Amino acid sequence: MPHPALAQPSNRPLLRVSHLRVEFPTRRGTLVAVDDVSFDIEPGEVLGVVGESGAGKSLTGAAIIGLLDRPGRIAAGEIALEGERIDDLGADAMRRIRGRRIGAIFQDPLTSLNPLYTIGRQITETILTHLPVTPREARERAVALLEEVGIPAAAERLDHYPHQFSGGMRQRVVIALALCAEPTLIIADEPTTALDVSTQAQIIALLKRLSSQHGAAVMLITHDMGVIAETAHRVAVMYAGRIVEIGPVRSVIHAPRHPYTIGLMRSIPTVGATGARLAQIDGSMPRLDAIPSGCPFHPRCPQRFERCDKERPPLLAVDDRLAACWLYASEHD
Amino acid sequence: MTEAPCTLVKLDAVGRDFDVSKPWLNRILERAPRRLLKAVDDVSIEIQRGETFALVGESGCGKSTIARLIVGLYRPSRGRIAFDGEAQRAGMNVWSPAVRRRMQMIFQDPYASLNPRWRVTDVVAEPLRTHGLHRSRPQMRDRVGELLLQVGLSPNDGRKYPHEFSGGQRQRVSIARALSSEPEFLVCDEPTSALDVSVQAQILNLMRALQESLGLTYLFISHNLAVVSQMATRVGVMYLGRLVEIADAQTLFSHPHHPYTRMLLDAIPDLAMSGRVRTPVAGEVANPLEPPTGCAFHPRCPYANSRCKSERPELTPGLSHTRVACHAIEEGRLPV
Repeated sequence: MPHPALAQPSNRPLLRVSHLRVEFPTRRGTLVAVDDVSFDIEPGEVLGVVGESGAGKSLTGAAIIGLLDRPGRIAAGEIALEGERIDDLGADAMRRIRGRRIGAIFQDPLTSLNPLYTIGRQITETILTHLPVTPREARERAVALLEEVGIPAAAERLDHYPHQFSGGMRQRVVIALALCAEPTLIIADEPTTALDVSTQAQIIALLKRLSSQHGAAVMLITHDMGVIAETAHRVAVMYAGRIVEIGPVRSVIHAPRHPYTIGLMRSIPTVGATGARLAQIDGSMPRLDAIPSGCPFHPRCPQRFERCDKERPPLLAVDDRLAACWLYASEHD
Repeated sequence: MTEAPCTLVKLDAVGRDFDVSKPWLNRILERAPRRLLKAVDDVSIEIQRGETFALVGESGCGKSTIARLIVGLYRPSRGRIAFDGEAQRAGMNVWSPAVRRRMQMIFQDPYASLNPRWRVTDVVAEPLRTHGLHRSRPQMRDRVGELLLQVGLSPNDGRKYPHEFSGGQRQRVSIARALSSEPEFLVCDEPTSALDVSVQAQILNLMRALQESLGLTYLFISHNLAVVSQMATRVGVMYLGRLVEIADAQTLFSHPHHPYTRMLLDAIPDLAMSGRVRTPVAGEVANPLEPPTGCAFHPRCPYANSRCKSERPELTPGLSHTRVACHAIEEGRLPV
């Protein structure tokens, strides 16, 4: 039975990722981009995955939807959707799951849409691929979807091309596309990063509403702790390909326990803190070909001690969450 | 209004249009009219020596255009810009060489703004060469070493190429290059938007430290209000090419006046999870080619009335802590 921070107690999680390892073989050796990552997502739950560039958060998402770019590959671990393994499926079987049972939303709405087709065609095609409906029904469904994601005059907008939409409206179209076949899991990779703050607020509100209404589970990948605070129920903080802390959003944000999460939270500027010097974490995330031994954060950690550069810390229970830090080992030994 | 003695940069009713018409032949054949995009319109700002003046607004509001107008990458279509009392010139060079040396720019993307084929020494020394500030090679090398130390890199890093550095280190190189001609005024256009949060904190702290030790004046452009609140002494909020509010940073963030400023502040994710009551954001930025009549914000403004739709509000005059362009505030219809 996993710790409650890894999963809310349940016999059947919607998604279970266990000991996932993603490798990139290169001429100069194998790079490990995702290292022993495990988590569950329950139906209707929003799990935030947060980290800086190179932390492995997007690759974790790509591994789940089977869209790892070559030569990247899943080297170990298991991914199970509704109790059924999906990490070892062939390309065709995976394509049927993608779009039908897992919807994906990416950062840049322009690259997710085909500029040569009207959005109506793109949405109806997706619906027809996955659901047993007539073209007329598909079109009606497309209008309903666009209305649901807040696009005004949806019936007319169906015949417009992606470039005729603003950035925020385009992202709404992408969300509508992801929802076409009513997937049980939505993977949203930086869905608001390319958008302005006011548009971001609207998209966040939309994602929240959709996940609670459709009961879909959402894996929300972002570098923005603010977006996580607004949207997620639980959060996993990633560093150098590993989860360093995972637990309920409120506790991780208000009282982070892993030194990296602590440093990260302090370095986020907040409105109203005029003039104060920001706390900073010196150095930067290690490159994949030079991940430090033991705890990968130890060279930057203000609280490191002898054990940290020798042994890799496992996720240890602290309060209501898990943190991969030797500081909390004494509570177990 | 008389010019205060400590004004370093002064913009006087500056505007800039871009011609976005179709090509000449299409215009003739399709009888399409010329179309002008007013990227910046009627903007007056005085940036005081030693302060950090921030411009905020969403994409397309004209804040980067203002940065480019000030450093002379664009010429204003209307209005005047002066640096330390000296006006921009006609002809090839917008600024005299003496003025050009005194202002530098830091760009958003440290991956695009450094020449990948140049060693960092050459990147940093380029302004020295351009302005003829150091003649001998050893002199130049020493100066570059000094600059790299100043931004937290090692003098030995000068031998490396930009790709050998992380994003944060590259932005340090950009800052070293900007500082090499010993400028007084730095225009920073989204200097940390491409960086991770922990690295962003390092760069912001570095910029503050440099400002204190070198007495720099910053024009700081960002869409991130939290970063602006951290850095700015005064803030100008822009919407569709015009200033809607100018205020001291503290006043702006504690008592925002303009409905757009309030909306922007309400849109920031609530990191503290305080559950404070916020008004949901309505609508989208209008098409700048066909800006709404009257106050450009009126289609999204909950307080708009018929006057807002027809008459354009001007910034309230005076030297008070807050100047705001809003009829509702002027008429007292909006609780301050």
